[in-house]
Amino acid sequence: MTSNPAQSTQINRCCDNAFTLGPLQTGPACCDPEPVIQVKNLSLQYGTKTALENVTLDIYRGCITALIGPSGCGKTSFLSALNRLIDLIPGCKVQGRILIDGNDIYDAACDVQALRRQIGMVFQKPVPFPLSIRRNIALPLHEHGIKQRAEVEAIIEQVLRDVGLWHEVCDRLDTAAHSLSGGQQQRLCIARALALSPQILLMDEPCSALDPIASGVVEDLISRLRGRYTIVIVTHNLAQARRIANYAAVFWVKERAGELVEFGQCQHIFETPAHELTASYINGIRG
Amino acid sequence: MNKWLLYRDSLVQWLIYLAVLAVSTVFVWILIDLVRGGVSHLSWDFLTESPRDAGRSGGIGSILISTLWILMVALIAALPLAWTTAVLLAEFVPAASRFGIAIRFSLQVLAGVPSIVFGLFGNAFFSIYLGMGFSILSGGLTLACMLLPILVSTAEAGLRAVPQSYRLSTAALGMSQTAALVHLLLPAAAPALAAGLLLGIGRAIAETAALIFTSGYVDRTPGSLLDSGRSLALHIYDLSMNVPGGDQPAYASALVLVALLLCINILAMKLSYDLQRRRIIL
Repeated sequence: MTSNPAQSTQINRCCDNAFTLGPLQTGPACCDPEPVIQVKNLSLQYGTKTALENVTLDIYRGCITALIGPSGCGKTSFLSALNRLIDLIPGCKVQGRILIDGNDIYDAACDVQALRRQIGMVFQKPVPFPLSIRRNIALPLHEHGIKQRAEVEAIIEQVLRDVGLWHEVCDRLDTAAHSLSGGQQQRLCIARALALSPQILLMDEPCSALDPIASGVVEDLISRLRGRYTIVIVTHNLAQARRIANYAAVFWVKERAGELVEFGQCQHIFETPAHELTASYINGIRG
Repeated sequence: MNKWLLYRDSLVQWLIYLAVLAVSTVFVWILIDLVRGGVSHLSWDFLTESPRDAGRSGGIGSILISTLWILMVALIAALPLAWTTAVLLAEFVPAASRFGIAIRFSLQVLAGVPSIVFGLFGNAFFSIYLGMGFSILSGGLTLACMLLPILVSTAEAGLRAVPQSYRLSTAALGMSQTAALVHLLLPAAAPALAAGLLLGIGRAIAETAALIFTSGYVDRTPGSLLDSGRSLALHIYDLSMNVPGGDQPAYASALVLVALLLCINILAMKLSYDLQRRRIIL
């Protein structure tokens, strides 16, 4: 190996503290809610089957909103409607409006790629691409016109630090992303989404495919992202929703179509649920 | 316990082994027969010289060159068509759509057409209608038609085997479908593309009937794509059917052909194995 000065400083930098992102508990943002996403009378249909019926809901800037409810009640469909990923499913019809910062994203003039750049998404199972760790993050950056090597490298380091992965991988950025553990892969995927500096993050059960320890790490990370990003998270883990979310939306299946039963501050939903379905769901009686 | 139940498993196992043995015996038998009949005739000169006296003496040098040229023409014509069709079928057309089903059906029919029919079509269309005559060009293009189904179906299967999550993830990152295809999906499907390519090459170099009426059977070294050229498989056919005393060189040529096919198949297996083991594709 050559004694490359740049390389040795890089390795030195690995040893300093992992997180650059402080635990931002931004009270004001959530106490003084300002809607970023406004969903109005949203209905989704797959062919003849109705997945979601007439959902109206505001998602507030800088807060974590948890979507909870039993399987098949349309939580994931709702999430993929927010970044129009649902367009990829043939035969899917969307009715109603979704406004992000006041712009209708289902408008014909909406630039879907720009929209998705603004909205990061993390899936249930980590999806690292079969590339090196470095290229996993660089590829989408290149696609969005960020090609300057120094800039790309800086972003890679920044986002890997943000997710607490930098000190674990900084000396092996060119190894396969698939060689990382499940929890690391999921954090890499979060970093990849953060690299495009989105303002909203959609997370579809990001912890459910991970072991308890990795799940804890990712959950902590999500809490740290609060305030900086607006986060919408689907989870089946009620305790997790209670720990991290500011707001919760309870979905339920009624007459074979998903519906929003109750939406409100997380604490209220869990302590003084207004709807009896919510009460029985969070107490483990139903669902 | 019922004794029959105990014996049944081992009986089934024996039957399976027997079937496998029968299959491999046929292959080994052919190989031994070819080696016994042809190895004495095989030499460096045989591989490099042109055939003399209708192939009774001399070698297969010019034949190998013609075969290679025909193969090149076929692949250059077929690969771009086949792989773009596969991309269309796997990425842009829903699997259950009428259009996709119609294309897939027509490819299946094409795959089932006997090669002699391809030969007649090639003769009528490329040689006569397009005026290419008996030439490497018309032979290669006829072979290209034959290869299309196998190349399309292997590439399509390879693309479909790439996890759907890659497509969703790239879309969620705001990447275009083209970028996803170029940077991720095609490289991930590369083992399948390579395997299909080698299968196609195997089919092409072993082809006889489609070439009789298209590339012809002139055994001189071709000077251009519009010259006639005799492929290896056709040479074997001619030696064993039309040339009295041609058995020895026919055996030797067949040995060369089978050795080539073996190499290609081993290469195909190794390539797809290696590519699949590699975890970084770029």
